[in-house]
Amino acid sequence: MSFHPKMAYDATFHKSARTLDETDKGAGPPFAYTAENRARFDEIIKRYPPDRRRSAVLPALYLAQYQQGYITANAIRHVAELLGITRADVEDVVSFYTMFYTKPVGKFVVQVCRTLSCALNGAERVTEELTAKLGITPGQTDASGTFTLVEVECLGACDRAPVVMVNDGWHECLKPEDASKLVDDLRARGEAVLSGCHHVVERTRNA
Amino acid sequence: MDPILTKHVREPNSFTLDFHVEHEGYAALKAALTKKPDEIIEIVKASGLRGRGGAGFPTGMKWQFVDKKVEPRYIACNADESEPGTFKDHLLMERNPHLLIEGCAIGCYAIGAKVAYIYIRGEFLHVQGILERAIADAYARCFLGKNILGSGFDCDVYMHRGAGAYEAGEETALLESLEGKRAQPRNKPPFPALVGLYNKPTAVNNVETLCNVPLIVSKGAEWFAGLGPEKNGGPKLYCVSGHVKRPGVYETDMKITLRELIDGHAGGVRDGRTLKAVNPGGSAVPILMPDQLDTQASFDAVQKAGSLLGSAAIIVLDDTTCMVWLAENLLHFYRHESCGKCTPCREGTDWLYKILRRIERGEGQMQDLDLLSSISANIAGKTLCAFGDAAVTPVTTTLKHFRHEYEAHIKEGRCTLQADWRARQPVAAY
Repeated sequence: MSFHPKMAYDATFHKSARTLDETDKGAGPPFAYTAENRARFDEIIKRYPPDRRRSAVLPALYLAQYQQGYITANAIRHVAELLGITRADVEDVVSFYTMFYTKPVGKFVVQVCRTLSCALNGAERVTEELTAKLGITPGQTDASGTFTLVEVECLGACDRAPVVMVNDGWHECLKPEDASKLVDDLRARGEAVLSGCHHVVERTRNA
Repeated sequence: MDPILTKHVREPNSFTLDFHVEHEGYAALKAALTKKPDEIIEIVKASGLRGRGGAGFPTGMKWQFVDKKVEPRYIACNADESEPGTFKDHLLMERNPHLLIEGCAIGCYAIGAKVAYIYIRGEFLHVQGILERAIADAYARCFLGKNILGSGFDCDVYMHRGAGAYEAGEETALLESLEGKRAQPRNKPPFPALVGLYNKPTAVNNVETLCNVPLIVSKGAEWFAGLGPEKNGGPKLYCVSGHVKRPGVYETDMKITLRELIDGHAGGVRDGRTLKAVNPGGSAVPILMPDQLDTQASFDAVQKAGSLLGSAAIIVLDDTTCMVWLAENLLHFYRHESCGKCTPCREGTDWLYKILRRIERGEGQMQDLDLLSSISANIAGKTLCAFGDAAVTPVTTTLKHFRHEYEAHIKEGRCTLQADWRARQPVAAY
């Protein structure tokens, strides 16, 4: 990737290095929206001018990802056909935005914010505790397919650092010593254990 | 100053339409619809409202520049709040969504747009749900949709969810993303006011900016300008985070000093530590030293002190913070978030990160410091958007104020400040 003779990129460095497996095996099972998702798509597309269907590519990809867990080449084909754009246009978008997964992920995707304010409050320690507890490093999924650990950049709740996002739910003020308990709780009771965002936490703290 | 934008945020039902209407909600929209659109723009101009997203550009001017001869026109509300240390829009949207919707509707009326898109970052799904419900409620009561409040004015507000790209917060990259492409910036000029979304005139405004518009319409431009120093009027939300006792969003006028914000509102540096430095405007601005804390936290005063207020994200660093580590942490962010369009930024941020990383691990050499300066100089000002300048700032500013820490790392061959909140083991280079 790098044109510099002495400074090669890390193997997994850049978004542009994220490629899609287009082989028969990697293209995934045949994909089409469920009737429910198709109805949602038809609602969403109305928000944009009729000649600008391409605008709906992000919401359309979210529908595909929620339906199937990750984005496959077949899902891209389906979205491209619905929007009337090329598959390359859709893959361009998928490979750029970090919230689309091109590989299967665990049931719980644990995303630890690692940027400054969270790091100042112990986010690096949280990642260490989670790494030790789960036996995987950031970017990996455990053998049972339950947990994927990811380090992400600023989530925008720096006053309640460190913040961890599990799938789409938030867990704030996670002390390093509580990280391993969070994993146990997630295993036992699922996403219900997450503290949620902002004022939910504030109310319990003041109570 | 008593909070205005965030006055009710701690009440349980503050996000509901009924609560908003009980507290003079949508009165400003009613008042605005009795005026001419040009009058609204004049009022906003007279108020001196400056964009709260980071650049501090006067909102009234932005609206005036929107080409009124071309149809259709759009408002794109920038709710892609991803600047490290910033969480004010998050609070506003979560607890006061109708104020934003009202601001969008008034903005649309002023520039003659019929559609506003709220581009929200993908991680804010819970906030998106609140806003979507608020929009549906507003439609049901005729505050949005066709013939709003019998005035003959139509306005639609739609949510658009991003998918994890910091660069989408740049106004032209946001428009690209809204059009269904990679969030990469466009060359400017032409500015979005002339050629924006779908090549039509577009006003791109931050959430907090639009939330201020209803206040200006209902209470008047003079009242707004009178809050705070000249050219820095109105209430302002400050996000204080880092090593302080009470991190949070604090609303006040811009007469307040950084010291009052940090020691007063946020309770001062925690654990009896002393303050080492302050990032007054997110990650992308020069740091201020403890002797500069009496600077007024206004756009102009902070700029005069040699930094920028940016999105008013005040990150407080105590004396346990290693400044080389800080630069490494932020360059990790910028390397990850560089959109890849301009070569100096895409390649340069990676080089900067790698050099900082090896210095932090004690493997650096003295000539690395010159290399850092040289790479920084070759990124800044050589990219399409401000990201390049932002990305090198953590390096140049720490080199300027804390060169001795860099030298100590190199001489001693290790990090000289190992705080207990940092990783025990060196963090893996993923």
